[in-house]
Amino acid sequence: MLEAHFESLARVADGALCAGEIHTLTFAAEATHFVRMNRGKVRQPGHVEQREVTVRLVRGARHASHRLSLSGDSRQDEARLVDAMSGLREALAALPEDPHLLLPQRVESSRSVRDDGLPDAAVMIDTLLDAARGHDLVGMLASGPVYRGFADSRGQRNWHATTAFNLQWSLHHRADKAVRASYSGFAWRDDEARERVARTVDELALITRPPKVLAPGKYRALLRPAAMQEIVELLQWDAFSARALETMQSPLARMRNDARLDPRVDICEDIAHGVAPRFQADGFARPPEVALVADGRLVGALVSPRTAREFDLATNGANSGESPEALAMAAGELATQDALAALDTGLAVANLWYLNYSDRPACRMTGMTRFATFWVERGEIVAPVDVMRFDDTLFRMLGSNLEALTREREMLLEANTYGERVLASATLPGALLGELNFTL
Amino acid sequence: MPTLPAIQVADADYWSLRFVEARSASYTVRRNVPQPLALATNAGVMATVYAAGGYGYAATPDTSDAGVRGALDRAAAWAKTTARVALEDSRRLPRPAPQGEYASPSLASKMPSAAEWYDLLEHASRLAGCDARIVDWEALVDVREETHRLVTSEGGDVVQRFRFIFPSQSVTAHADGVTQQRSLNGYRGICQQGGLEVLARFGFEDAGTRIATEALELLAAPNCPSGRMDVLLAPDQVVLQIHESIGHPLELDRILGDERNFAGTSFVTLDMFGTYRYGSPLLNITFDPTRPEELASYAYDDEGSRAEKTYLIRDGILERPLGGAISQVRAGMPGVANARADGWNRPPIDRMANLNLEPGDATFDELVAGIEHGVMMQTNSSWSIDDSRNKFQFGCERARLIENGKLGAVVRNPNYRGISAQFWRSLARVGDADTVRVLGTPFCGKGEPSQSIRVGHASPACVFTGVDVFGGEP
Repeated sequence: MLEAHFESLARVADGALCAGEIHTLTFAAEATHFVRMNRGKVRQPGHVEQREVTVRLVRGARHASHRLSLSGDSRQDEARLVDAMSGLREALAALPEDPHLLLPQRVESSRSVRDDGLPDAAVMIDTLLDAARGHDLVGMLASGPVYRGFADSRGQRNWHATTAFNLQWSLHHRADKAVRASYSGFAWRDDEARERVARTVDELALITRPPKVLAPGKYRALLRPAAMQEIVELLQWDAFSARALETMQSPLARMRNDARLDPRVDICEDIAHGVAPRFQADGFARPPEVALVADGRLVGALVSPRTAREFDLATNGANSGESPEALAMAAGELATQDALAALDTGLAVANLWYLNYSDRPACRMTGMTRFATFWVERGEIVAPVDVMRFDDTLFRMLGSNLEALTREREMLLEANTYGERVLASATLPGALLGELNFTL
Repeated sequence: MPTLPAIQVADADYWSLRFVEARSASYTVRRNVPQPLALATNAGVMATVYAAGGYGYAATPDTSDAGVRGALDRAAAWAKTTARVALEDSRRLPRPAPQGEYASPSLASKMPSAAEWYDLLEHASRLAGCDARIVDWEALVDVREETHRLVTSEGGDVVQRFRFIFPSQSVTAHADGVTQQRSLNGYRGICQQGGLEVLARFGFEDAGTRIATEALELLAAPNCPSGRMDVLLAPDQVVLQIHESIGHPLELDRILGDERNFAGTSFVTLDMFGTYRYGSPLLNITFDPTRPEELASYAYDDEGSRAEKTYLIRDGILERPLGGAISQVRAGMPGVANARADGWNRPPIDRMANLNLEPGDATFDELVAGIEHGVMMQTNSSWSIDDSRNKFQFGCERARLIENGKLGAVVRNPNYRGISAQFWRSLARVGDADTVRVLGTPFCGKGEPSQSIRVGHASPACVFTGVDVFGGEP
């Protein structure tokens, strides 16, 4: 129904054009059950439906856009769209030409729909709360369909619809001593959900041991994939942006010269195996894979259409922020089941938290351990560790101090829901570091 | 705002409807090139229902009679479905009936046309792009107007009209392998309610020359020294310190555990209120939604509680949390009117709104003169803190050494770290009203589902003693 509504809007936009104009439309919608839990109970359950279209009007090299929420009533939404186009037409008269406007030359339509069927959100919540009965569970469920679309006056049509769930929870012992887990995907299995909760309950038993307080210093560290995700999320902030690299703002700018990571580090934007749409907001198709780091060297960047025009590069369909949406790091050779033995003595870090740069040009970052972080001796977990602050450079962490990457990787779906559910993922191994600098 | 239909929600103990209409325009000039004009119009309604002891919400962009009724029905269905596992019996929750209005200052003042905005920003941009070593620079303004209407089943009806102005300028300088950035009070740090006077307050039009000059100066500056020393924080860093190490830990929903799976918990516990020494006797923190130009001023929060200025920390002693009406019932203690949502599609939760550090009596010169060996830091550039809001590390864009009571050389990459529960007790001097800046951020993130909300912070410059200071990579 929404696809037909969008197609109808596209036809209305076609009909509202004046001579010499073209338009693009991007569409975003979702119908999501959000259920928030605390202390094994439901804190805030609700449902959010939202729809919006962004129309861009282009005349020559002048263009402007207007993002509109859609009520769902065809007549009303079509009238709003025509009004918005009329307003943009007036605005264009006062705007200068844009030297960095780049529009796709080829028409590349696509359609991707995935709906394996999900149970009622209340059923999922019942399962979770029942499986965690007796424990202090805090969590969040987001479940339902998400839609993205693109259309333009050249006749290109792209549609991406996916019905998915993302269940994130943590079990708490006391204060900040807790373990965290998630279950997300396209098809819900009750037994899988229960099994994952049971594993969290087992891990919680380790958290109840008396904590170990570590003095600041350098320690061996095993970063689980969820901890690696926090590092990757910091890097999503301009590290692979062609614009940031060209203007020396990227924390990886030094890799354009002699700086490099360990040769085992390979990173790519793997749209083919992610959950992000294969088109971006300007209508450019995205290649299945963009190599970013190979053999530890910077070999590519995410190039948006504007950056391509500004710096005379070829676009690879990156979004306007040039941030990855399907980052993948190649696996290593260390079996996850052998990782604690390989760590021997040091910190096993399940999650990191609140990373930021302490020296951005040096790609030196700081952040906290969070949730299940354990002190390990001779390959055995000894005790949970009170939260610690690390401060180190990526060039040491995934460079000179990298001992191994795990053979198994995890695909982690983006759980942030700022404004809307985000269709992004990261596929990452764990990493064993010979030392990591802890400062507080 | 739409005319409301006659509303009946079967078996509901209480319902509310919160309509939000928003219009915004974004004007940007980057590297002297006007970026495409971006407009937005957004409208929708959030329905909240208490029924059978449960609580539910539903949001929709369909504000027609049928759309509103549908949202109420969906909210009621969630309330009834989860009543048996509800964290709080909604029959205990307040049922507000607020009546009133609010309007941002100078709401009726005429704003520039798109062409006038671009002229102003091109002027600012040309001043900033003054040297070949300035490799990127940007001047922008976002203007956002919103109308909020809250209607409740008890006869409540509140209409609040806002205009938010978000100006920003930044430059990046690069030479000989060194990159430094400088901005006008941080990334989107200038943000207030009002009109063009907001830009004038910060000297926006002509600020490009200064921030570019300072960025170039940083290229040649030495690294910030390491060691324990006194630190003079400018208001555009104190506001970040307040936000992260006072604001978030005092949010009552964090203390009650709601955020433990996402934004985190708090080192503050319920038993601390009334007795805990949060800071030195010079520390006075207020929740103040009454300062007209400040970003998060309003008359009522999104649950309908009347907003008024309230001390949270007085003379260093913790008095009251940042908790809205629902959290107050859950915790059994008074709070403030801070239940807020970042749009019609998210439910209200405990947020900061305006959180201010009240001025002291020291002039800026006296603050400097009182430091024998230390550093003055300006403009936040990096922030990180643990999930209990205790162990923090913050970085700034620029610093100057202070020796024997005098400002000295500029140093780059200044950072400092500490522990919230100890840091505020080292507050040694508080600047007077002349040192106060009214700042804020449009990007305070929290909540499941996630919400990014506007918060205001007004603060004077402050001196802290014995701080662990360090610089960037050698």
